[in-house]
Amino acid sequence: MKSMKAARLTEEAEVKDFIDRLLQASPATQTEVMVTEWDSALTRFANNGIHQNVAERDVSVRVRVVKDGKTGVASINQMNEKAAADVLKRAIAIADLQSKGEVVPMPGPAKSRPVEAWSDATAEATPEERADFVATICSKAKRAGLNAFGAYSTGAEQLAIANSLGVYHHHRSTEATINSVVMGESGSGYADRGAIDVRELDKVEIADEVIDKTQRNQNAQPVEAGVYEVVLEEYAVAEMLEFMSYTGFSALAVEEDRSFMRLGERITGDQVTIWDDGLDASGLPTPFDFEGVPKQHVNLIKNGVAAGVVYDMMTATTEGRQSTGHGLPAPNTEGPFAVNLFMQPGSVAKPDLISGIKRGIWVTRFWYVRIVHPKLSIITGMTRDGTFLIENGKVTRPVKDLRFTQSMLEALEGTLAAGKTTKLQIGEFIGASRVPAVHLKAFTFTS
Amino acid sequence: MKDLAEAALNAAQVKGAGYADVRLDEHVQQDIIVKNGQLAAVSDDASEGFGVRVLVDGAWGFAGSARLNKDEIDEVVDRAIRIARASARVRSTPVNLGSPVSSRGSYRTPLERDPFSVPLSEKVDLLLRADAAMGAVKGVGIREGSMEFLRQRKIFASTEGAFIEQELFESGAGIEATATSPDEVQNRSYPNSFGRHQGSGGYEYVTAMQLDRHGQRIGEEAVALLTAPQCPSGVKTLILDASQTALQIHESCGHPTELDRVFGMEAAYAGTSFMTPEKLNHLQYGSPKVTITADALTPTGLGTFGWDDEGVPAQQSFLIKAGLFVGYLTSRETASVLGQQSNGTMRADGWNRIPLIRMTNVNLQPGDSSLDAMIADTKDGVYMETNRSWSIDDKRLNFQFGTQLAYEIVNGKRGRLLKNATYAGITPEFWNSCDAIAGRSEWKVWGLANCGKGQPPQTAHVAHGAAPARFQHVKVGILK
Repeated sequence: MKSMKAARLTEEAEVKDFIDRLLQASPATQTEVMVTEWDSALTRFANNGIHQNVAERDVSVRVRVVKDGKTGVASINQMNEKAAADVLKRAIAIADLQSKGEVVPMPGPAKSRPVEAWSDATAEATPEERADFVATICSKAKRAGLNAFGAYSTGAEQLAIANSLGVYHHHRSTEATINSVVMGESGSGYADRGAIDVRELDKVEIADEVIDKTQRNQNAQPVEAGVYEVVLEEYAVAEMLEFMSYTGFSALAVEEDRSFMRLGERITGDQVTIWDDGLDASGLPTPFDFEGVPKQHVNLIKNGVAAGVVYDMMTATTEGRQSTGHGLPAPNTEGPFAVNLFMQPGSVAKPDLISGIKRGIWVTRFWYVRIVHPKLSIITGMTRDGTFLIENGKVTRPVKDLRFTQSMLEALEGTLAAGKTTKLQIGEFIGASRVPAVHLKAFTFTS
Repeated sequence: MKDLAEAALNAAQVKGAGYADVRLDEHVQQDIIVKNGQLAAVSDDASEGFGVRVLVDGAWGFAGSARLNKDEIDEVVDRAIRIARASARVRSTPVNLGSPVSSRGSYRTPLERDPFSVPLSEKVDLLLRADAAMGAVKGVGIREGSMEFLRQRKIFASTEGAFIEQELFESGAGIEATATSPDEVQNRSYPNSFGRHQGSGGYEYVTAMQLDRHGQRIGEEAVALLTAPQCPSGVKTLILDASQTALQIHESCGHPTELDRVFGMEAAYAGTSFMTPEKLNHLQYGSPKVTITADALTPTGLGTFGWDDEGVPAQQSFLIKAGLFVGYLTSRETASVLGQQSNGTMRADGWNRIPLIRMTNVNLQPGDSSLDAMIADTKDGVYMETNRSWSIDDKRLNFQFGTQLAYEIVNGKRGRLLKNATYAGITPEFWNSCDAIAGRSEWKVWGLANCGKGQPPQTAHVAHGAAPARFQHVKVGILK
């Protein structure tokens, strides 16, 4: 394993020393320090050429202090002695200026299980390597008479969190992602990939997928709105899961009576099992959360039954239980968040998911999904980059993109089959999901 | 800071950049949240750094760093140049920035009271009073109020001789009451949804909202919505309040007139646009009542500044004139493709991001009607207020929005309160059905501080001047 320096990150020992000195300097009753440092680059392409190409190196030092029952949080993006004094002073000043409030408890020390999420190849990826990767997609698209668009990113990050009760955790990770839309005269396709190790991204494979999808999605004709059997590709399934997590899988959402989760009750079809696991190396693992609590495996929906929700320190304390390691950075009023989602695959090969469908719709991906009714888990959005009509077990033609307005739980109630393979979908802002494609009995398209 | 900027530009030129600019940025943000009668969060965040953008062989490179020192500047310039050379290997056409821009000067947001000089206790006290007003209503389960204050000091310098210093302030606040029942979650917020109403200015912007005077009303409305009838499905006359009109402008006029989207530069992420160049000066986008401008000079707008992040002066330009599509939001690079000059809309959300075309203050000009007159003149309609959900396709044509509150309108009178109201449409059909817009007295600038675009993602703070407006033959009540 090469040094952090190759990835332009500070050595862990130096980060720990910085944190220790900050903790020692704090006059507060309790102090928490979180350091996130990253170096990332992104190459963006449009019309078969690179049009934006960027890189950044940044750090965030976040300090939470508790003093006389009062909390202050401040952050700064410098990691030196002057910055440490400044950020501590500002956090203390905030605590001093307020009256006593609700204090989010800090966790005590607990061992987190290390999990490998680092690749030297990703950390050291060069602009030339990114350009070559993009060139392959662009040249293949051009040869096919199409235009390629997308973004290819590589990055390295380290996260360290410690508190005055003795907690110290450190984790380093890398991430590489590629997404591409390819357009023809009258239609488009989409593909994306994500991995910890950039060498797992196959430029020819992704180019072939997106170009094939584009070529099949030309001259789409409208289809009438209504309720259809559907096959949702992994891109769409992952997005649905992220919205379920956002609206329902948090203990705070349940506590505040906002969630669709009715614990112990059957809420989807019995083929559906969804869990969160921050330690599973086939996802995007992180061994601890942003409060310094080790991650636990949490069953969310098991065989269709609402099995559990995720906790942070505040919600766990309220209910007199342990945090599951799903806290967000302080100050946080949004509650815990499940960010390492998995959906159990089935036994059907993905291409065979359509075999029993008389008339249905194949959805590549969703677009601009928003919540219409959180408690009924209703979302709306559009299909995009490859929507096809299925007739008598075969994809027969592309159709114009459709708007859907659909309860996620009702859709999953009609789960008829799931693909036997899964795909890792890295979230736009945080976390990732590993999901199969699914065949659902009914999905409502409204226009 | 000026020395560092000059050092970066010199290094970039020596190393082969045909054009370079540097932005040094210092950003301070305070956030306060009161929840259910308790001070739940106060945070004070600071960020500083610099970004260098270079053109080499007609291709872009950009690198940024938080480490403000001479050695890092050299390394970052090297990195930006190397990235630009890699871009040049796979570029389509060389970038043309058009005429040089050599603006010089300084700008500071006009304000009466620096929000960072206002004691924390004063801010918290106002939020607690508003919280108490919401809490006085039986059935309100969750109360939340928040404030946000920003100060950004930035320097822009370029190899074309531009040197600009700006100090921008924003202040924002909002409250929200939530009521729940076994099947419903109903929210009411004031003055706008999604956290806050925000503008460029000082603490006076927050005090003018009189948050404490609206807590009880929104609490009562949230509880009443739990038992209100469902918004009926059908095709009806739709009247939008000013804040929802603002979001409608944002999604269906602001975004599709961004010229980078039109050229496919956002195709793989935010999407493209139906407003393609051959439609310019030909597409009847809306009814003759619809005139929309992009105006970076609008007082209190979140898109108000002295110069954009390419050094182009703040200005007003027309996007839609009496219903006709007449203009785009442009950058130097995209405007030159159409043989135009940039109209100054390039903004980055920090030192570590490149500027993108962003809405400034995209304003619907006021009309000659009023909300009361529109209602009085409607036989069968729905009035909708305050956004709850929003979704639109990647070309900005097919949209569906939901609002927190709605009232039926029957024979010119406001009728029953309705819950879970939604409406949907196709952009030009919708705006061409606009037959009334309220006048100047009901026109207000609405700040949106959550506009996402770009990869890596950026969040822009933009605004929309809007008044209540009426639309005919709109599909409403879409809920499975």
